[in-house]
Amino acid sequence: MISKRIIPCLDVRAGKLTKGIKFKGNVDIGDPVEAARQYYEQGADEIVFYDITASSDKRDIMIEVVRRVAETIFIPFSVGGGIRNLEDMRKVIGAGAEKISVNSAAVENPQIITQGAKAFGSQCVVLGMDVKKVEQSKKTPSSYEIVVEGGRVYTGLDALWWAKEAQNLGAGEICLNSIDADGTQDGYELNLTRLISESVKIPVIASGGAGKPEHLAEVLTAGKADAALIASMVHYKTYTIAGIKHFLAERGIKVRNIW
Amino acid sequence: MIAIIDYNAGNITSVARALENIGGNFVITDDEKKLKEASHIIFPGVGAAGEAMAYLRPQKLDVALKNCFAAGKPMLGICLGTQIILEHSEENNTDCIGLVKGVTRRFPDKLTCGDRALKIPHMGWNSVVLRRKHPVFEGIAPEAEFYFVHSYYPAPAEEAVVLGVTEYGINFCSALTFKNLVAVQFHPEKSGRPGLQLLKNFCAWRGK
Repeated sequence: MISKRIIPCLDVRAGKLTKGIKFKGNVDIGDPVEAARQYYEQGADEIVFYDITASSDKRDIMIEVVRRVAETIFIPFSVGGGIRNLEDMRKVIGAGAEKISVNSAAVENPQIITQGAKAFGSQCVVLGMDVKKVEQSKKTPSSYEIVVEGGRVYTGLDALWWAKEAQNLGAGEICLNSIDADGTQDGYELNLTRLISESVKIPVIASGGAGKPEHLAEVLTAGKADAALIASMVHYKTYTIAGIKHFLAERGIKVRNIW
Repeated sequence: MIAIIDYNAGNITSVARALENIGGNFVITDDEKKLKEASHIIFPGVGAAGEAMAYLRPQKLDVALKNCFAAGKPMLGICLGTQIILEHSEENNTDCIGLVKGVTRRFPDKLTCGDRALKIPHMGWNSVVLRRKHPVFEGIAPEAEFYFVHSYYPAPAEEAVVLGVTEYGINFCSALTFKNLVAVQFHPEKSGRPGLQLLKNFCAWRGK
């Protein structure tokens, strides 16, 4: 039976990690390729890169990072951030990424999902959703709303509707980030994750709020997520991927044990 | 020299990078002459069966592949490459190459594991239970997992060709072998060390 995936997320700005990642001996690693290699060797099932480079003239640096990552690790990885059109997708996939993720670009132009799926296959197109809890209303019957620009801008889109719509448009997977839980390390937003995961046929990666292995266990069982994104809890060496997997396996959650 | 067949279907560069990593000598080509000269053939692919066959046929690559197979060259099919080696695919209702008897089917709509509904595509890591030993799987632990991403699966007509089986709501054939051919549904080039080991084994295999 299929294993639940544990996916570290790396934020990259102009080719450098935005947060130092501490590995054995407290080495601070600023190179995303080296960080990816270490997580690959520690048993990550996949890696997500977010390019948060603000200026578009520095975007090509990320393409070079992608190329080097693809030579170094032999597991799937995805790249999100700053992908606005088919040409951006082509560059990232051509450099060796398996998947691209679109977030605000898909809100502005949903057809980008269909175009990407047609050009590269649905399995290549991940919809990134940033979600906030709101009052239930006619506009947001699920009481979850899609936000953009780090949660500063409300789009008026109901999160549940958008997830289904993206699936119909051809998205192959959803990376579901709760802005409310993000950075708290208090656990994933379980209700949101279960609601979305039970309503779509495509896999859902839970994101935002992971602080300890129990949180992953919750979201992969009660939350019905297919995969869990992690950041700080492994970046700062509080936990290792192998340790988290051991914890999950002991609770009967199937994870990949040999790599 | 290993020939990776280029037919405009996706993950060619991933396969090439994995071969670079294990020190395999390869060429990416759609040239029949180069295929004839190659010692081994890798037939990769992601995408849809209909489009793949529509590209292969006018280039006569289907015929070239049949010739390579008949000549006894060791061949490795990957993902879509494996599916279109069979006779027919339910995807776009496509007639395929037919090196092996059987069809490619779509996963049933309501797949479950216990009370849990399973997602389509089957995307992620899963194990392969081998029915027997094979040189291409030599040195790979039985618990090893491989990376899958697909909505269709190979269903060969003859049990004898089934090499490995994977469970995802149903048991499906995830590895098959017939004479000098091995074909897998998963992506060895994206399956970490066990995947690289499989590619290494294939490069050393004589097809017997």
